Amino acid sequence: MKRCVQAAFIYGALGTGAAATVLPLLWMVSASLMPAGEANLLPPRFWPSTVTFAHYGVLFSRLNVGRYVFNSAMLAVAVTLISLLLNSMAGYAFAKLRFRGRDGTFRLLLGALVIPGQVGMLPLFLLLKQMGLVNTYWGVIIPGMASVFGIFLVRQYALSIPDSLLDAARVDGAGELRIYWSLALPACRPILVTLGLFTFMGTWNDFLWPLVVLTGRDLYTLPVALANLVGEHVQDTELMMAGAVLTVLPVVVVFMALQRYYIQGILSGSIKG
Amino acid sequence: MTRQRAAYGFVAPALAAIAVFFLLPVAASVLLSLTDFDIYAVADRRNLRVVGAANYVQLLRDPLFWVALRNTGYFVLVGGPLSVAASLAVALFIDAKLVRAKGVFRTIFFLPVATTLVAVAVVWRYVYHPRVGLLNYGLSLLGLAAVDWLGDPRWAMPAIMLMAVWKNFGFNMVIFIAGLQSIPERLYEAARIDGAGGWQQLRHITVPGLAPTFLFVAVMTLIGYCQLFAEPYVMTQGGPAHSTLSVVLLMYEHGFRWWNLGYAAAVAFVLFAIILGLTLLTLRLRAAGAGGEDSR
Amino acid sequence: MPGARRRWARFRRMGVGVLSLAALGCRSPAPAVLEFWAMGREGEVVQQLVPEFERRAPEVRVRVQQIPWSAAHEKLLTAYVGDAMPDLFQVGNTWIPEFVALGAIEPLDGCLAASAGGVADYFPGILDTNRLGGVTYAVPWYVDTRLLFYRTDILAQAGYTQPPRTWEAWLDAMGRVKALVGPANYAILLPFSEWQPPVILALQLGAELLRDNDQYGNFRSAPVRRALALYLDLFERQLAPRAGDAQVANVYHDFASGFFSFYITGPWNIGEFSRRLPASVAGRWATAPLPAPDADWPGASLAGGASVAIFRGSARKDMAWRFAEYLTEPAQQLAFYRLTGDLPSRMSAWQDPSLADNRYAQAFWAQLQRLRSTPKIPEWERIASTVVRYTEAAVRGRLTLDEALAALDRDVDAILEKRRWLLQRGRLPERRHAGS
Repeated sequence: MKRCVQAAFIYGALGTGAAATVLPLLWMVSASLMPAGEANLLPPRFWPSTVTFAHYGVLFSRLNVGRYVFNSAMLAVAVTLISLLLNSMAGYAFAKLRFRGRDGTFRLLLGALVIPGQVGMLPLFLLLKQMGLVNTYWGVIIPGMASVFGIFLVRQYALSIPDSLLDAARVDGAGELRIYWSLALPACRPILVTLGLFTFMGTWNDFLWPLVVLTGRDLYTLPVALANLVGEHVQDTELMMAGAVLTVLPVVVVFMALQRYYIQGILSGSIKG
Repeated sequence: MTRQRAAYGFVAPALAAIAVFFLLPVAASVLLSLTDFDIYAVADRRNLRVVGAANYVQLLRDPLFWVALRNTGYFVLVGGPLSVAASLAVALFIDAKLVRAKGVFRTIFFLPVATTLVAVAVVWRYVYHPRVGLLNYGLSLLGLAAVDWLGDPRWAMPAIMLMAVWKNFGFNMVIFIAGLQSIPERLYEAARIDGAGGWQQLRHITVPGLAPTFLFVAVMTLIGYCQLFAEPYVMTQGGPAHSTLSVVLLMYEHGFRWWNLGYAAAVAFVLFAIILGLTLLTLRLRAAGAGGEDSR
Repeated sequence: MPGARRRWARFRRMGVGVLSLAALGCRSPAPAVLEFWAMGREGEVVQQLVPEFERRAPEVRVRVQQIPWSAAHEKLLTAYVGDAMPDLFQVGNTWIPEFVALGAIEPLDGCLAASAGGVADYFPGILDTNRLGGVTYAVPWYVDTRLLFYRTDILAQAGYTQPPRTWEAWLDAMGRVKALVGPANYAILLPFSEWQPPVILALQLGAELLRDNDQYGNFRSAPVRRALALYLDLFERQLAPRAGDAQVANVYHDFASGFFSFYITGPWNIGEFSRRLPASVAGRWATAPLPAPDADWPGASLAGGASVAIFRGSARKDMAWRFAEYLTEPAQQLAFYRLTGDLPSRMSAWQDPSLADNRYAQAFWAQLQRLRSTPKIPEWERIASTVVRYTEAAVRGRLTLDEALAALDRDVDAILEKRRWLLQRGRLPERRHAGS
């Protein structure tokens, strides 16, 4: 009996929590499909009276959203691939290769984690301007090429690669690069997927830096374009919601597809950390 | 030794990128904060003056800075624990043995973390609408008065807090679940054999077992929440009556809206100092607490 | 030999043919692209005027980029610093001093003198805001001034068939409207984020907001004090709601429902009101020039609006001027008016029946005869937001009127410190450009 009450309580609480969590997102999708003006009615409607994709049409045709989707995707993929390469190389080296100053440098890097990203934003902008990279894709890619967090994650995971495996390969005459590419990388695959997903999500969702660096409309990413849209069309609720859905959907889809690895990665990373 | 050289080769690209595009700008920021770089200096470098600590003095005298600091502190000290508590509570519920479909629940609660902040800020702006928003509608169904969430200076920051908690708690929840699962099952078995009830198990096994995870979550949340920016930028632009003005938002306004780079750099540096101080304080408290426990 | 000569002639003909083809290729290069930044609704709509210009000037392509007003200021400054400026851009005329200080915009006196119609056709008060140190830096595109939009039916019910022309009558009218609509509604909407209403009241009283060649704040002077006292009084007497921007999400809905009956706003709302107000209030609203503190009607209002400025570092200044000239032609200004409701800056355009017969626009014509500018210094935007901050604090009761004014003066003095330093050293940009 007590079991049943306990179960009912727990499931009830979880169910309510889940519903509350998902409610704004469901409303977002629902409102994006409503005919114009319906989302502002009182009492608020939850389901559209008739489903219309007109707002999505407006976004793609008149407001050129397809371009922004392309920009976001391209930047997210580019940053993810480049940073995976750089971070994994450095993380593996910190974990498995001995060199002078290794531990001291690593501790210094950890200290840098505390520095908020916004501290250096303005001088970084001036630096990129000197390099002629303002309002270019590289202006967004370059600051994201390597991250202390990424190096940290890879290093924690790479610690668990057995030294014997690597030494055996060295005895066989394999070069360090070869060992990294053929042994270390595959061994780190779970954390790489996690880090890749994390970087992809972070870059896709990044707002402040693209807002500052990408001055030309052609290069806007989705979050910047959406913020722009809100500034202009604040009265058109349904259009805003359609824009929000488009911004959220791709990254959520990618997350749902790879979530098992992602959560596993966080679990393993945090236990060790 | 080729291995050492190879190692340098491995870390060089990442370290170079971090050094040039992160550490160097941070150092430049410190230098900038000692000048009165502003729009006149943008026009003509000769209009730049080195003013030493004048920016910092002006900062301390600027009522808007203290407002921003207070707001950020409010957000961190109330929203932070709220977020951590929510994550912990949900993690405990999900981890309960009799719950099935743990994965489904976990995914649902994690969903807001994956979404784009700008997009959900837009959605929540409508949810918070005083007349046609879902939240006030729900309140009216419960017989409560409508609240002007984003227009009333008393309620704007709580509104932003609620949204931030909703957005972030899933992340910490996953970390707590990991921590819970790492507590060995035999400890619980032994306690049950000894006749300990659920509540006692929680106090004597779960809580101490979660301590390192809790510290990790607390520090990460602290650092992240101190950097509050996008939510007030999209939803309230720092208003109403500057009640949602955060330190980073103030820095952004001075830096990019007015190009008072010297002043903005000083704000950023002060924020960094505060975050560093709080982090060290938290770590030291934890160390002191652990030392106390061990000596018992 | 005849065969060889014929072959050589054929080669020569081919050679000439190839050369002339090549020359043709050189004579029609790919069209040059002009980058134009425009804000808000104007940015959306001006695209429709581009095809006609491209037809007249086939060697030019115009690319319009639209930027929301809320981000426009920072985007322009950031673009300037980042070397990513457009060739020409729309600029609010209160921002012109800033861009002059940066040396970012091209003086246009020569171009204006050479163009058809010259400068005499622009509203003098508006042209003045584009001039610093005797040099014109931008060409006025459309004008903006603030005046009263009001509900004629509610006002008539309150006993006023004509809009009030003096402050006294206005206050009386608002009091009666409030008595009529009850405690849940108000007489006038005054959003806190707008610095224009209290500043307009001060300027109407002849106040100088800054003194000593714009080096110090003058907010504690008698006219400013009187204006702000009146402004606060409107809230005290519950004639205006204590609302911020985020709260009033739908001005049009609230105006239609009688939540407020007076609104001090600009010409873009002629179109917006017509479009967004429900049918129940169509024809039940009107515009009127601002009441004056005394009998000298109309009271002054702000010389606002936007101009088109050309970037000093542009490689295509001549073409940019052609496009700017095109946009400010009376015919194009009228076309733009029909699309956006933005009022033309050229007086001759107002002869057109679409404006001359438009009773809403005619109130603006009357108002545009009496304008005053805000101080033409780069720091004005910061000063304006400081004004907003302290008027809001005073309205919310956190400061008394005198405390607010004293704090305002103190902050403004601090903002102007660098200007004073630069003036002492004779390094102020306006003086530099006037000489060059």
